[in-house]
Amino acid sequence: MKKITRVALIASTMTFAFNSAFANENVVNVYNWSDYIDEKVLSDFTEATGIKVVYDTFDSNEILEAKLLAGGSGYDVVVPSASFLARQIQAGVFQKLDKSKLNNIGNMWDVVEKRVDGYGPLNDYSVNWMWGTTGIGYNIGKINDRMPNAPTGSLAMIFDPNVVSKFADCGIHVLNAPTEMIPMALSYIGEDPATTDPEVLKKAEAVWAPVRQYIQKFHSSQYIDALANGDICLTTGWSGDVFMAQYAAAEANNGVEIAYTVPQEGALMWFDQLAIPKDAPHADNAHKFINWTMVPEQIATATNYVWYANGNLASQPLLEPDLLSDPSVYPTPEVLETLYTSPTYNAKTQRTVTRTWTKITTGQ
Amino acid sequence: MKNNMLSKYIFNGRNAVIAVPYLWLLILFLFPFLIVLKISFAEPIIAIPPFSSFFHWDGSFWPTIQASFYNYVFILEDSLYLNAYLSSLKIALISTLITLVIGYAIAYSITKAPTRWKGLLLLMVILPFWTSFLIRVYAWIGILKTEGLLNLMLLSLGITDQPLTIMNTNLAVYIGIVYSYLPFMILPIYANIEKMDGSLIEAAADLGCRPFKTFWKITIPLSIPGILAGCFLVFIPAVGEFVIPDLLGGTETLMIGKVLWIEFFSNRDWPLASAVAVILLAMLILPIMYYQKSQEKAIS
Repeated sequence: MKKITRVALIASTMTFAFNSAFANENVVNVYNWSDYIDEKVLSDFTEATGIKVVYDTFDSNEILEAKLLAGGSGYDVVVPSASFLARQIQAGVFQKLDKSKLNNIGNMWDVVEKRVDGYGPLNDYSVNWMWGTTGIGYNIGKINDRMPNAPTGSLAMIFDPNVVSKFADCGIHVLNAPTEMIPMALSYIGEDPATTDPEVLKKAEAVWAPVRQYIQKFHSSQYIDALANGDICLTTGWSGDVFMAQYAAAEANNGVEIAYTVPQEGALMWFDQLAIPKDAPHADNAHKFINWTMVPEQIATATNYVWYANGNLASQPLLEPDLLSDPSVYPTPEVLETLYTSPTYNAKTQRTVTRTWTKITTGQ
Repeated sequence: MKNNMLSKYIFNGRNAVIAVPYLWLLILFLFPFLIVLKISFAEPIIAIPPFSSFFHWDGSFWPTIQASFYNYVFILEDSLYLNAYLSSLKIALISTLITLVIGYAIAYSITKAPTRWKGLLLLMVILPFWTSFLIRVYAWIGILKTEGLLNLMLLSLGITDQPLTIMNTNLAVYIGIVYSYLPFMILPIYANIEKMDGSLIEAAADLGCRPFKTFWKITIPLSIPGILAGCFLVFIPAVGEFVIPDLLGGTETLMIGKVLWIEFFSNRDWPLASAVAVILLAMLILPIMYYQKSQEKAIS
């Protein structure tokens, strides 16, 4: 017992030493998604405030969450998606934002704030960085070759065996994201995608089962490259990732043309939120950083660069016109009505969801 | 007097040398393993850390222990886990056998090469390690995919008229594992054959044994320690492999490393993930103990 205490003591002293070494410096440790900012936003922040930004990136909510739940991550600002953030708040990971330090908060868009509120008291703990939809990405040429009148605006592209089977030979990927792919199947059969009823959730299995054989892979990042290179022709994907593939294909000039659609049955609306962990070593700088991201010019620079919509209303006049008018980035008010948000499942329902998903992806 | 003996025991050079690997194992294997074992008896909760605590202090000197075998029962009841373990063992076993055949041929050829070439050939075996493992696996995507290098080559040579679907199948996983772990097979076998007593082979030849039979009757049996070492170095990490099946495998690929990932990251069920890891270790410990026994026999 004593030994364990000593080890724990040494470990905590080391963490303390680590934290305090950084606490003395005028820095802010930011942990954000990869390819998600124009670096100019960071250098301008340092120039304006003298605070150095230590910028690290991750590529999945799960990795971020594992670090946060282990405790003592050392980060001041992190960017989880809303459904993950809701649970992490319950686990006691985050501190409430001190709104008195965020004088730019009036720039934020109430439409986004209202949707985010559907996940729980997220607006007390976070502000929006970017948001988007989970829809369908496809290779225009290859889809047209195989099915000239393909229902590209509909989830039938994925869930109708008569349609999806035609594209099996050119490669189909599906996101390996149970909490998004199961609601997607439910919205196709007209069930409430936001349901938390395990019996309804299990219905998704029967929707995926007949089309599983046509899917080459369930993966959440490989589809970007694969779509851009023409290795696959159809995927479910996150809006910005598909745009990235579109951009990469155009840059490579390889004859691949990519399109993204928000399916007419509705699509999941996701939000990546800036939040401050409870044990952030520089909470004050973290507030300054978050406040900086709410300056319309700054977030507009980022959005113009990464091509994701943001939750800052005042930044909209500063966006590139063809970005703001692109309905796949900023959906029209009518389409916005059809978008849904994913619910936060309790531990038991979460297990049902992931077990159902494992059954779908592995056939086991 | 007694004190003197104690210090003698501690500062005895032999013990000090033995203590180094044991200390290493204690700190980097046993201690982390006990933590994993402890977590495997906990229950998942929404907190930091996301599992219930093992020790409870309720004022008395000794803590009460709260342990549940629920996770182990759960794993036994759901066939997913058993199938994933079996599928991992199968993939690891087949990959090990393929690696052995290729690795043995390469190791044997290197020992037969002219001395001035040996250094260079060995360097070429080790050379891939200078590139990140992840990047080397990624490179295979570029080779194996439908419009990848391999298919372009086969199509342009007229060997096939349809691109082969290798990427995102188990075949791609086998290729990835065999490629990645080949050096671990070559090096111990090479070390073994290299120091083999050549006079035994000469004696066999003198007594009229044909080269092929000599190889089967003399070289192979004498190189069994090297073969075993190589096989374990390939088999054990291959069973728990995650990166290769994730990047190269498809919907048919089921491996325990991936299941563990799902439990840990998607379900946030650290206790169940720990139980999966403990069972995996228990499964691997049997062949490791067998190997240890056979090594001891070989030494004595």
